[in-house]
Amino acid sequence: MLGKLSLSAVPLNEPIITGTGIVVAILGFTVLALITYYRKWGYLWSEWITSVDHKKIGVMYFGLGLLMLLRGFADAIMMRTQQAMAANDAAGYLPPHHYDQIFTAHGVIMIFFVATPFIIGLMNVVVPLQIGARDVAYPFVNSLGFWLSAVGAALVMVSMWVGDFAATGWVAYPPLSELEYSPTVGVDYFIWSLQVSGLGTTLTGINFVVTILRMRAPGMGFMKMPVFVWTALITNILIVAIFPVLTATLALLAADRYFGMHFFTNELGGNAMMYINLIWIWGHPEVYVLILPCFGVFSEVIATFSGKPLFGYKSMVYATSSIGVLSFFVWLHHFFTMGSGANVNAFFGIMTTIISIPTGVKLFNWLFTMYRGRIRFHSATLWTIGFMVTFAVGGMTGVLLAVPGADFVLHNSLFLVAHFHNVIIGGVVYGCLAGMSFWFPKVFGFKLNEFWGKVSFWCWLVGYWLAFTPLYILGFKGMTRRMNHYDLPDWHPYLIVALVGAAIIGIGIIAILIQFWVSIRDREKNRDLTGDPWNARSLEWSTASPAPFYNFAHIPRITSLEQHWEDKELGRAWRSASYYEDIHMPKNTAAGFVMGVFSFVLCFALVWHMWAIAAVGLFGMVGTFIARSYDRDTDYYVPAPEVARIERQRHAQISKAV
Amino acid sequence: MFQRGSWLPHTEASTKALKQGHGGLFSHASLHSGRRVERATREEGAALARLPTVAGRVAVAILLLTLGGCDHLELMNPKGSIGAQEKDLILIALGLMLLVVIPVIVLTLVFAWRYRESNSKATYMPKWAHSTPIEIVIWSIPCIIVAFLAVLIWETTHSLDPYRTLESDVAPVNVEVVALDWKWLFIYPDYGVAAVNHLAIPVGTPINFRLTSASMMNSFFIPQLGSQIYAMAGMRTKLHLIADEAGTYAGRSSAFSGPGFSDMHFDTVAVPRKQFDAWITQARNAPVALDEAGYRRLEQPSIKTPATTYARVTPGLFDSIVDRFMAGRMPAVALNDAICTPQGLVSRRNY
Repeated sequence: MLGKLSLSAVPLNEPIITGTGIVVAILGFTVLALITYYRKWGYLWSEWITSVDHKKIGVMYFGLGLLMLLRGFADAIMMRTQQAMAANDAAGYLPPHHYDQIFTAHGVIMIFFVATPFIIGLMNVVVPLQIGARDVAYPFVNSLGFWLSAVGAALVMVSMWVGDFAATGWVAYPPLSELEYSPTVGVDYFIWSLQVSGLGTTLTGINFVVTILRMRAPGMGFMKMPVFVWTALITNILIVAIFPVLTATLALLAADRYFGMHFFTNELGGNAMMYINLIWIWGHPEVYVLILPCFGVFSEVIATFSGKPLFGYKSMVYATSSIGVLSFFVWLHHFFTMGSGANVNAFFGIMTTIISIPTGVKLFNWLFTMYRGRIRFHSATLWTIGFMVTFAVGGMTGVLLAVPGADFVLHNSLFLVAHFHNVIIGGVVYGCLAGMSFWFPKVFGFKLNEFWGKVSFWCWLVGYWLAFTPLYILGFKGMTRRMNHYDLPDWHPYLIVALVGAAIIGIGIIAILIQFWVSIRDREKNRDLTGDPWNARSLEWSTASPAPFYNFAHIPRITSLEQHWEDKELGRAWRSASYYEDIHMPKNTAAGFVMGVFSFVLCFALVWHMWAIAAVGLFGMVGTFIARSYDRDTDYYVPAPEVARIERQRHAQISKAV
Repeated sequence: MFQRGSWLPHTEASTKALKQGHGGLFSHASLHSGRRVERATREEGAALARLPTVAGRVAVAILLLTLGGCDHLELMNPKGSIGAQEKDLILIALGLMLLVVIPVIVLTLVFAWRYRESNSKATYMPKWAHSTPIEIVIWSIPCIIVAFLAVLIWETTHSLDPYRTLESDVAPVNVEVVALDWKWLFIYPDYGVAAVNHLAIPVGTPINFRLTSASMMNSFFIPQLGSQIYAMAGMRTKLHLIADEAGTYAGRSSAFSGPGFSDMHFDTVAVPRKQFDAWITQARNAPVALDEAGYRRLEQPSIKTPATTYARVTPGLFDSIVDRFMAGRMPAVALNDAICTPQGLVSRRNY
């Protein structure tokens, strides 16, 4: 019944894990107790857990990302501490098996459960508003996608206290990840947490491709879509194209581990290099999945706060699209050093450098958007400028790594580690945080505190450079990644500086939490009464803040790329309508949450070989889905008088503000 | 005189010039025009020298100050021709890209400051969002840089191909490398000796490595000599390196391979030929033989294995290790499975 699971799976003998477990248990219990004390369970259930409102799902994605950022950062600071201690072959405080799990979990969490939820959260909040839609194409699937992602994150968290996590590196290369060399459940946690969250991401991808292709407001041709929507479209096309590859690859690895097959084993004709090819055919486009929407965020932010339209909109669109196509022709640059011939290496090296052309063009476009503008230094602007400076360096080191002859000495070095943190922190994290401070009022109706936003920015900027410049240098000193300890004393000072940098990033994260607290406390002072707090340009700023659950009382007619700006110029923004219609909206559903719960049961049971319980999970999932398919009571109409009442209130508020 | 690549000249003269702080690529055409420079280089160098000169000189000067002049950076202080060419390649590629990256960073900061809201003196063009000439320029600049990089990549990827044998008057030394859990086994098939975690090589002699693994994937890397290559079970990879100076150079695995990974380092001891021959003689008299039984003991997982020398290596040991994983050899594989999976190898947490 319980498969491989027994009490010995709980590592009570490890003080760090047990201590963390106790703290998490106390915090969790406190939160649950508070919810019960304030009688908020009903509110949580009806307004959040079962909600299909894209804005609320977006907020939940962002919340998930922030929560997991704390865990992923805790891993990071533990690694930096270990490396700052373990010079001259000192053991440090983390034994290899624990340390190896930490760097694996750090990578998995930061990519799948921080960056991806941030990106999907942003797209959820912004895309329907920018295209003038009332929700996404498949609201239930959206809810399901979120809960599947959350289950993936939960599985990674559970692995900390029940069993262990993979100790293989975040892409789990075989043969190390095969049963022969990783006999514990760690890799199984890895497989099933990514399978379930990957399923959620695929569903989200399909949902957004359909939403953007089919639900744009009348008049919004492709070349009138805001740049963020363009980047979201390309990103979701990439998701639909690549996540099935990840699913298939992990399924093959699971077949090796569960059914004794030999796809990637050393013996019986298995070939680990096949896994490595497959995982990077997913993995490289995945980084563009993460960065493209951030490019979209920066485009929106820089245009708004420069008081000008984005320079070279068409260039931006073509650059984004070509990055999407080119991203499929570069995967081999992750393993130039595995003995491919010179022609093959040269081809993939050149293809990779070609991607820097559209990326470079984008940088120039942002530059010329600032040119002859009137730049307001909002924290979102700071994130954008910090990004442009930081990312230019990260792009350059990326191209350097794409030169096979250079990669022969830089592959898997700390130079590489510094490079991808340079683009992921400097690009994705800065982008998501810029997006958060930019669109926060649209969701919550009040602005975030600027002081703490700027504190956070400077900490992240200084912290990033302090943490990763030493790693660039250590790469030139021949230090490779994933080392638990090292015998060379002259690496030590650099790693101490890196630890200081990581600590400063930590202050940046704390500043974000303080920012939330201060902003909520002072929310009445920072109310956004007009719905357009930044004097912005695109459609989402024409509706109220917080946006009503139906987004737009009337579906707007699109005549311009910058619809809201044009409306303001022509004096037709914020006009109240003379009549209102019934609005067709999707009903809340618990099906996504219930399927999520069953999927957790399924995956947890599969990890521990509890076949009967796994069957319960599987039938529960499929059964809930079938039941949902037969549910015809999935939508309702908001009556026109109700819409009129909400809109009248809003216009009263606007006239008071103006 | 050894010379491998056709693209990047690395004569001794230019090596010395580099050490004196004169610089890499841009100097080959401009500063050392009297020295021996190969045909392809001259054309390419001349073309590169025509690049916007001021920014280029600044970029290269900065690079040389920060990287090229740093003897304490192992990759910037190579001890063999392959490493030296890779150092030049890194500096050239970085220099080329800095031509764009530095202006972009400077312009970002300048524009941000100049067009700040409070500066009412700056021009404000609230509707300006398109300019065909600027668009052409901003697409052309990266295209030109990438065109140069593409030629550079094509040439150097071929000249630095790890599989390419080094041209030299000196006969090469063959070394067979086996990545074990968690140590490196170096077999000298021509001498019948082997060593664990100790790689002795003669200076000025091309070394032909053939590599495989007995279990995990590892990457064989001696930073100061240049290129790395993976060692993978059931597969054989090749690498060709040379040490131009005597010395002891750190080597390690750069692909994570499990709990003993961090200790998978070894010393590469490059010595003059006579000393190398003496080492071989000494190894031939080592007390331990590396026969089938000795190898089975050796391949058991172990960490921090001290450097050891072996005499009388069973001929064909390397090929038999590669072959053991090949498909269609069921009995051998079954045997191997029995050997390679000691119980509790990566036991949970208690490791």
